Amino acid sequence: MAKAEFETPELKEFPEIPAIQVGSMAHSKPFIAKAEFQEDLGFPGELPDDWKDKVIAKMGELLKKYRSLQVYLDSCVKCGACTDKCHYFLGTGDPKNMPVARQDLLRAVYRRYFTFAGKYFPKLVGAVDLTKEVLDDWYSYFHQCSQCRRCSVFCPYGIDTAEVSMAAREILDSIGMGQKYCNEIIGKVYKIGNNLGLPGPALIDTMEGLEEEVKDDTGIDVKYPVDVVGADVLLVTPSADFFAEPHVDGLIGYGKVFHQAGISWTVSSHASEAANFGMFIGSYDNMRKVAMRIREAAIELKVKRIVIGECGHAWRVAYSFLNTLAGPFDFLDPKYPVPQHIVEVTHDLIQRGALNFDKSANDHLRITFHDSCNVARASRMGNMPGGQFKLPREVIKAVANNFFDMAPETIHESTFCCGGGGGLLTDDLMELRVKGAMPRMQALKQVVDDHDVNHLVAICAICKSQFSKTLPYYNFPMHMIGSLHALVSNAIQLGTKE
Amino acid sequence: MSLITTIYTVLFYFATAILIVGVARKIYIFASAPAPLKIPTTPAPTTRSGVVYRLLREVILFESLFKSNKWIWLFGWTFHMAMWAVLARHLRYFMEPVAGLITLIQPIGIYAGFGMLIGLIGLFGRRIFVERIRYISAPSDYLMLLLIIGIAVTGLLMKFVEHTDIVAVKAYTLGLVYFDIQPMPEDPILMVHLASVALLMIIFPISKLLHAPGVFFSPTRNQVDNPREQRHLSPWAAQLESKN
Repeated sequence: MAKAEFETPELKEFPEIPAIQVGSMAHSKPFIAKAEFQEDLGFPGELPDDWKDKVIAKMGELLKKYRSLQVYLDSCVKCGACTDKCHYFLGTGDPKNMPVARQDLLRAVYRRYFTFAGKYFPKLVGAVDLTKEVLDDWYSYFHQCSQCRRCSVFCPYGIDTAEVSMAAREILDSIGMGQKYCNEIIGKVYKIGNNLGLPGPALIDTMEGLEEEVKDDTGIDVKYPVDVVGADVLLVTPSADFFAEPHVDGLIGYGKVFHQAGISWTVSSHASEAANFGMFIGSYDNMRKVAMRIREAAIELKVKRIVIGECGHAWRVAYSFLNTLAGPFDFLDPKYPVPQHIVEVTHDLIQRGALNFDKSANDHLRITFHDSCNVARASRMGNMPGGQFKLPREVIKAVANNFFDMAPETIHESTFCCGGGGGLLTDDLMELRVKGAMPRMQALKQVVDDHDVNHLVAICAICKSQFSKTLPYYNFPMHMIGSLHALVSNAIQLGTKE
Repeated sequence: MSLITTIYTVLFYFATAILIVGVARKIYIFASAPAPLKIPTTPAPTTRSGVVYRLLREVILFESLFKSNKWIWLFGWTFHMAMWAVLARHLRYFMEPVAGLITLIQPIGIYAGFGMLIGLIGLFGRRIFVERIRYISAPSDYLMLLLIIGIAVTGLLMKFVEHTDIVAVKAYTLGLVYFDIQPMPEDPILMVHLASVALLMIIFPISKLLHAPGVFFSPTRNQVDNPREQRHLSPWAAQLESKN
């Protein structure tokens, strides 16, 4: 791996709030989307001459469409509660990575053009004119927010910087300043069906390969079906699950669970991607279009249930938004929530005694669990608030003996983002990603030191990819990161139940 | 009617009108902007009554702020709660006879003024001395605190140091309520106190003081976590559906 030209933050014995270093991340910005990819999504290809008018008009439009934006731009009192909560601030010390300062990039312009105080007393209230410099700051710093919502937990008004970042990115898209990584991926989803651009035949090939692998391993014919009409379950999972380590071990695990429970299932080549990057760019239209594929696939394959694989932001869109974007799902079996998380499925089967495990199969692992930000703070599992924390841990404890939680202020609703969420999982933001991973790495180091933890489990494709890349920067082995269902896969006793 | 009385009377009616119309307008804007997606910060209540309970904890205990930072919570909560007691105490100047409850809180209300002041000074200190908070502060953030500190100090001065003619003040304020204007005592401390209050009322609807109504409209706090059980669809999103 080519080490980039920046310093990996040092892991201190105790977490520290850094002193502010003005402008330390001003140089960080992702590549801009090429015109053709912008146009695929219905955005202009380049900055128009009248971009200022367009920005203000778009901002006005969004203020009317999103109560969150209007309320959040008006309500901040600059109390400072959020200033030490963002992992990007903790990792970089750049004050514009403090949630309130990030919001203020947009708020200052909102005040100047939409409020009495900002129109007549701009200096007094910190309102600024919209200039190219402001726009560049937006592009830079709204791509240093992973929409993880940690700030929203601690804000006395619940101000969610993710909402502000999404609005800012939507404004940027509307004037041709889209981000290459997100917008190219959304284009791929439309054209091919998934983020990785894996076409149908390759998908079938991959899944057949998995069947052979599991057969070799266990001697059991576990099916990994594609486009099977009439299956009970449509599994929609992040496309990383189809071939990359450590993701694919999770997919193998889902297949074994379904096999053992006798549930027929299939993936769809039309909706072979759980992630919905429409959310990252704040575009309701694109998010809806991406979500509709799942509905179409469910209808086409005549399934009874929809189950989502291990993926954080995808689970947010699925759990919180799918019913809104692509519902109602009255054509599915009303006995099951739509959609279900794979962890809910496995947990339920365990509760009902439908699965047998040999926990010693995971005895070589000393495990900790990373709560993925969007699962933790933007969704739920099961029928109780907080089920998203309880269920995955109960599944881990059902399949493994050695489990240790990280420090309480770094898990559950206070969990730190992996550093690569929200459309930032791209190599052109490597410095940001490494520095943003610092708070999680810090908490990990503590359980490694105290409990000899050697395995970090996550239920999100972004977390898994991000940690695979960033663990080595902090002198942890890359293979420390794994899928939750890989543990299930290790321990499950196939053929022991009917 | 003296010039001072006239000026203050006009000022108070003007400030009251601005406060009521301005805040009502803003509440209308908050309420009429749709929330197209379910975005409660989870874990979130799964019932309406659970949400009411969450919001009550938020506005009475400042629960999220408590999770975040104990010092800001201590100063912020002390200031706000003391302010409510002080405001409640001041209701006695707008009623005759004074309601029993208001009489009851009178002793608390008097000393709460010090609570307000301590909280405000704490918040002001943090704004100056904590580097991160200094970075995010605009001039208006300091001035707002100074304005309220000014109100608290002049109020305490009148109560504990330089008594004003409180009977005359009450006659004047009751006169404002019943549109029967009485002369206002021309006491400089009182004049500063009342002018500051009027200024605060005027800037309320155009400033960050909008956090007061804002918190009730915050979707991350006021939404029920039930997206799978109940389909949530805003009017503009519903229109997209009829297009295809």
